[in-house]
Amino acid sequence: MKYPTDQQITEMLAGIEAPPETIMPSVLIRTALADEYTTIAGPLGLIHVAFTTLGVTSIVPTPDEAEFLEVHQRTVGRPTYATDFIPKRLDAPLQRALKTARLGGLPVDLRQLTPFQREVLDVTATIPPGEVRPYGWVAREMGSAGAVRAVGSALGRNPVPIVIPCHRVVRSDGAVGNYAFGSSMKMALLEHEGMEPELFAPGSLRYVGSDTTRIFCYPTCRNARRITERHRVEFARPDQAEAKGYRACKVCRPG
Amino acid sequence: MTADTVLRRRLAKDLDRAFPEMVTQMQGLVFNGARRWLPNRSDAEDIAQEVFVRAYRALSGYSPERIAELRIRPWLFTITINLCRNHARTRSRRPVEVVLDGHHSSGTTFATEQHAIDALVVDEWRVRLQALAPRQRDAIVLRHVVGLTYKEVGEVLGCPTGTVKSDVHRGLTQLRSILAMEDSP
Repeated sequence: MKYPTDQQITEMLAGIEAPPETIMPSVLIRTALADEYTTIAGPLGLIHVAFTTLGVTSIVPTPDEAEFLEVHQRTVGRPTYATDFIPKRLDAPLQRALKTARLGGLPVDLRQLTPFQREVLDVTATIPPGEVRPYGWVAREMGSAGAVRAVGSALGRNPVPIVIPCHRVVRSDGAVGNYAFGSSMKMALLEHEGMEPELFAPGSLRYVGSDTTRIFCYPTCRNARRITERHRVEFARPDQAEAKGYRACKVCRPG
Repeated sequence: MTADTVLRRRLAKDLDRAFPEMVTQMQGLVFNGARRWLPNRSDAEDIAQEVFVRAYRALSGYSPERIAELRIRPWLFTITINLCRNHARTRSRRPVEVVLDGHHSSGTTFATEQHAIDALVVDEWRVRLQALAPRQRDAIVLRHVVGLTYKEVGEVLGCPTGTVKSDVHRGLTQLRSILAMEDSP
């Protein structure tokens, strides 16, 4: 090979090495076009959590990896890679959000949602632990009282349950209602927050008032729970309370 | 319609969906380009990642009209060559780290023996290319390793096509004499 021609040289030069397989996942993760996932302790046991550089993208209350991947694909739809490492920026707020059952300062990445779905979740995130609200309440708070069914289906597709507490939204007849991971898990989460199962018996009471303040609430409202037995008045409908001169609580805003 | 045209139309239409396709199509070229410029495989991999991350950030700020006009390959290699030059400059200012832990010393693990041989061949070429004038080396890598057209190389290096052709020609002549010297005892 003493006098190789230009062509021989360029052929040797063009020898292409296969690119490392790690380029694609790293690039997709760094650009938030793919998620990473791991397991973490949840209120009722081990759960799966997925995240991007922008925030938590998905929480699936199951220790089963295959079930997590199926749900993640359906709700988020991006590629996802297993990891053992939750970035510092997310770890502490996530632990706190799971422990206190409030979103707090936890960044969430819910880019795939419509503005309507996002608003349903924003309203739901304001329901404190240990309290529940009906589907109709969420619709009313959003200023679209007629959209009760749409609220229900948006909550059914909540990608980050537990930290956005869709389990705290129940049927207006008092029953606990549907949950993406089964009504029994919904009930268990509510019991875990200190709520009695009897609260959710069908036909259970719907509004509670105090005859001293003349204010009526949802039964789980923190203000309703401190009404003493002697001053406690029960109502089936808000108009019955209003007819007797009661006004709606400004904290739980029943209607 | 060239592959570049198809790709940029898809990127303009839905960046997030088409971007992984761009990585799939271009990662081999970007990595191998970086491989001829940088001393080791893990540096080339880091740079290749960085090229695509920066490309994505830039593209997300561009209007669909601008993406539809973009000449993807020259644009991507402008980013690559700039990152490689910056990398080389930063390295030359810093002392070389010597890590005694064998696993990290080269930053390189090979999946197969063939990878190791490929890497060896690549390294020989990198050393030969280092002997060329930077302009000739860049032109040869872009033309003959990456496979850009003379016109595209001119866009990356910011010089007329004629200049690229003569740089490539002089570089090849130089490489021929380097190979001849290696051959003689």
